[in-house]
Amino acid sequence: MRLINHIPGRPGSVILAALPFVALLVAYSVASDLRLEANPQDKLLPAPGTILETAQRLFTEPDKRSKEILLWNDTFASLARLLGGVGISALLSLLLGLAIGLLPYARSALSSFIAVLSMVPPLALLPILFIMFGLGELSKVVLIIIGITPFMTRDLAQRVMEIPKEQIVKAQTLGASSAVIALRVALPQILPRLISNVRLSLGSAWLFLIAAEAVASNVGLGYRIFLVRRYLAMDVILTYVIWITLLAFVIDWLLKTLSRRAFPWMEAGL
Amino acid sequence: MSFVSVRNVWQRYGDRSILERVNVSVDEGEFISIVGASGCGKSTFLRMLLAEERPFRGEISIDGGETAVEPNRERGVVFQRYSVFPHLTVRNNLIAGESFANPLGRLRGAARKEAADRADRMLERIGLNHVADQYPAALSGGMQQRLAIGQAMTAKPRILLLDEPFGALDPGTRVQMHDFLMELRAETNMTVFMVTHDLQEGFKLGDRVLVFDKPRWDPQDPGLFGATVTYDFDASNDGVPFQDILDQYPSLAAG
Repeated sequence: MRLINHIPGRPGSVILAALPFVALLVAYSVASDLRLEANPQDKLLPAPGTILETAQRLFTEPDKRSKEILLWNDTFASLARLLGGVGISALLSLLLGLAIGLLPYARSALSSFIAVLSMVPPLALLPILFIMFGLGELSKVVLIIIGITPFMTRDLAQRVMEIPKEQIVKAQTLGASSAVIALRVALPQILPRLISNVRLSLGSAWLFLIAAEAVASNVGLGYRIFLVRRYLAMDVILTYVIWITLLAFVIDWLLKTLSRRAFPWMEAGL
Repeated sequence: MSFVSVRNVWQRYGDRSILERVNVSVDEGEFISIVGASGCGKSTFLRMLLAEERPFRGEISIDGGETAVEPNRERGVVFQRYSVFPHLTVRNNLIAGESFANPLGRLRGAARKEAADRADRMLERIGLNHVADQYPAALSGGMQQRLAIGQAMTAKPRILLLDEPFGALDPGTRVQMHDFLMELRAETNMTVFMVTHDLQEGFKLGDRVLVFDKPRWDPQDPGLFGATVTYDFDASNDGVPFQDILDQYPSLAAG
């Protein structure tokens, strides 16, 4: 039989899915073990047990000076920036995407501008943002917005233009105004796409957030990672990295579930 | 004065002539089938009736009105595909026929309830009441087209335009749809224009069959001349001509 026709069974696919994770864990443990054997003071690859202990300490024990648990403070600060930035981007891209997709005048005026804007490397603008918006929350949120809005807008505008012409004409023959076509025909059909766009751009949003926090901040997940880097505290860094990954995964899963619940018509045909 | 009158209509895209000197007048309640080879401009003609395109020259008026600049509630339309809204349930697709004309596209309270009742009656008539709460993607092609026709009728248009409405259906479903359309027409006496590839279908359903073709043809420049209505058949009485000639000219009756 051809390779493309070999399909793993149910237990097989679960084992296969777990395999890369297990392999990574084993590889790390072995490497860490080798280094610690040579030098018990080694900080580069802390033992998995050490990371677990550190994680427990970070999640539960308050800081000696501020009496607050720093990890939770960092998490809330970062999530607020991330969700603020992504939320504003989603709203902006929805409005711009609808306008560009539906209105020929808006398309002529904006589509090339946004295409060029999406080529600007956002991180290169970071110094300008710090100067313009200060070192506070605003510059970080703006970086995320600048980073992901153009791409989301282009995609949503494209989706609006892909709505069959027949539907738009049909809505007009039912007496719909431009606003009704935008709200009742185009918007509901691109909302699922918006959610998948948000899912795709969350990766870049995290990247911009951590970059901005690394450069100038006093709280946040990225700030903490780059702070403890000075002490080679790999156990803290790894805990934070795993925590960020987990947060990103949960957000992604929530969005996926929301999309499936909210848009039953997408899957009615399957 | 005829109900729909098309006077000296020309259409061209750039240098290419599509239609030239099209003159048609249609009485209220007539069913017009439009046939012709691919690319002869019959769909262009329908799009102009729909006001999706404006004629390059000439006038198209419904009940003495001006040439429309964009599609409006006077014209209902059913396309071959994509005529219903995939994100609305079957019932809401029908309600949309009434609610989309509102400023926000929604109906509230009593108005919505009445519209829902009317939608349910229409569902009964088009035989879709058992799938009222499903989405169009779950319906068969024939059911989707019945829904599309029902939706167009809900908005109470003056003329109904059908662009190869049964082109994507299998032969059995197509015959069912013919019966359905004939019944609906008998009830409403709607003026209908239908573009079709199927001559038999055109003659079966239509009162008149318009044939589009190019009367002039330049072999060096095929795009130079456009098509026009070359035949205007009387297709009433099952397409057999002169069946009611005695009613028109009683003097011809044998003494």
